[in-house]
Amino acid sequence: MTKFTQRLGGTTTVLALCAGLVFSAQASADDIAAGKKIAFDRKKGNCLACHQIEGGSLAGTIAPPLVGMKARFPDKAKLRAQIWDSTVANPNSIMPPMGRHKVLTEKEIDLVTDFIYSL
Amino acid sequence: MKKTLTLLLSAGLVATATQAFSSPKEDLQHFRAYFEQRFPGVQLNDFSNGPYALDASKRLQWESMEEFPPYEEYVDKGREIWETPFKNGKSFASCFGKDPSKVRVKYPHWDSKTQQVVTLEGDINKCLKANGEKPFGWKKGKIAHLGAYLGYEARGQKTNVVIPNDPKALEAYEEGKHFFYAKRGQLNMACADCHVYYSGQRIRGNTLSAALGHTTHFPVFRAKWAKKGKGDGLGTLHRRYGGCNKQVRARPFKAQGKEYRNLEFFHTYMSNGLEINAPGYRE
Repeated sequence: MTKFTQRLGGTTTVLALCAGLVFSAQASADDIAAGKKIAFDRKKGNCLACHQIEGGSLAGTIAPPLVGMKARFPDKAKLRAQIWDSTVANPNSIMPPMGRHKVLTEKEIDLVTDFIYSL
Repeated sequence: MKKTLTLLLSAGLVATATQAFSSPKEDLQHFRAYFEQRFPGVQLNDFSNGPYALDASKRLQWESMEEFPPYEEYVDKGREIWETPFKNGKSFASCFGKDPSKVRVKYPHWDSKTQQVVTLEGDINKCLKANGEKPFGWKKGKIAHLGAYLGYEARGQKTNVVIPNDPKALEAYEEGKHFFYAKRGQLNMACADCHVYYSGQRIRGNTLSAALGHTTHFPVFRAKWAKKGKGDGLGTLHRRYGGCNKQVRARPFKAQGKEYRNLEFFHTYMSNGLEINAPGYRE
C-alpha cells in the first residue's frame, strides 16, 4: 500500500466514524413521536401552553414559536439543558424547570428534546 | 480581618435591603405606570374588567353575558342574608352599620389593635360568632352571596386601601408584595409572571389578565365554578388565590390565613382608585 492510499484509508475510517456519531445523535422517528406526545400532553410537557408548535392547536403566545431549532441550538445538549432548567440562563424565566422540578423524568426530557430538535 | 469582613458584608446586606424597599405609594405609581404603558389604549378604570379589557373578541361575549348576569340571583340571596335577623334579633347591620353600600370599600384594612389585616369575610364571620351564629364557610356559598350583595351596593366607589405608617402594617404589606412576586410551586411561577410580565398574552386559549383591577370584581361568578360539584359559580378572592396556587402546582394556603390576607392587602392596594364592580362574571 502506498502512503497515499494509507492516508486515504485513514480518512475513510475517520469519516465512517463521524457518520456513525451523526447517526447515533439522530433520534429515531419513534423517539420523536413519543417526544411529541409528551410535549403536547397538558399534564406533561404542556409546551403548547406557551409555545406555538407545528401540529398543535390553540397555542399560547407567551414564548417564542418552536421553529428552526437546529439553527437556534446547534448544540443539542444546550437545548436539553434549557428544557431541564431555563432559569439557569434567565432566573426570571416563566418556563417551568422541567428537570430540576421533576415535572418530567430524565427519559421524558430526552424524548421531548428529540422532538423539539426535529422542529 | 474576619470582623471587618462581617461588617462589610452586613453593610452590603443593609444596603441591598434598603434598596429593595420602596414605599407603598411608589410601588403603586410604578405598578400603574407599567400597565398604562403596556396597554396604552386601555382606560385606567377598564382594567377592572380583567381579560375583557385586553381582548376585543372576548369582550363581546362577556358583554352579552353581563346583559343577564348569572350572578344576579346571588346578589338577591346576599340581600336576604343581610336583612334576615339573627336568632338574637340583631342583624349584620349591628356590626357593619345600617348602610350596606358603605361596607365593601372599608376592606381590607389594617387593624392596629390586633396588628393584622382584616378582610370583609373575616368580619362577616366575626359578626356571626359574636351574635351566637354559626360562621359561614370561607370560600363559597353564603359568604360569597353576602359579599356579592355588599359589592353590588358599593359599585362605582373607588378602591381605597390605606397602608398606615406603622412598621407592622408595612411588614404585612411587604409580605403580601413578596408573595406576589415570589416564584412558587412545581411550575415555579409567581403571580407577577402571568399577571404582570405576560399580561395580555395567551396561555393556551386564555388571555392572562392584568393584576391591576384584579380585586375590584370579587366575589366573582366563574362559569368554571358553576360546573357540577364546584358550587353555584360564586367564590371569594381567597378561593381564587387557592386555585391559582394549585395551577402552578403549589400547595394552597388556607383561605383567610395570614398569607392570603397580606396578599389581599398588597393586591387590593395596587388597585386603589379603580371602581368596585363586584360581583364580576368570568369564564
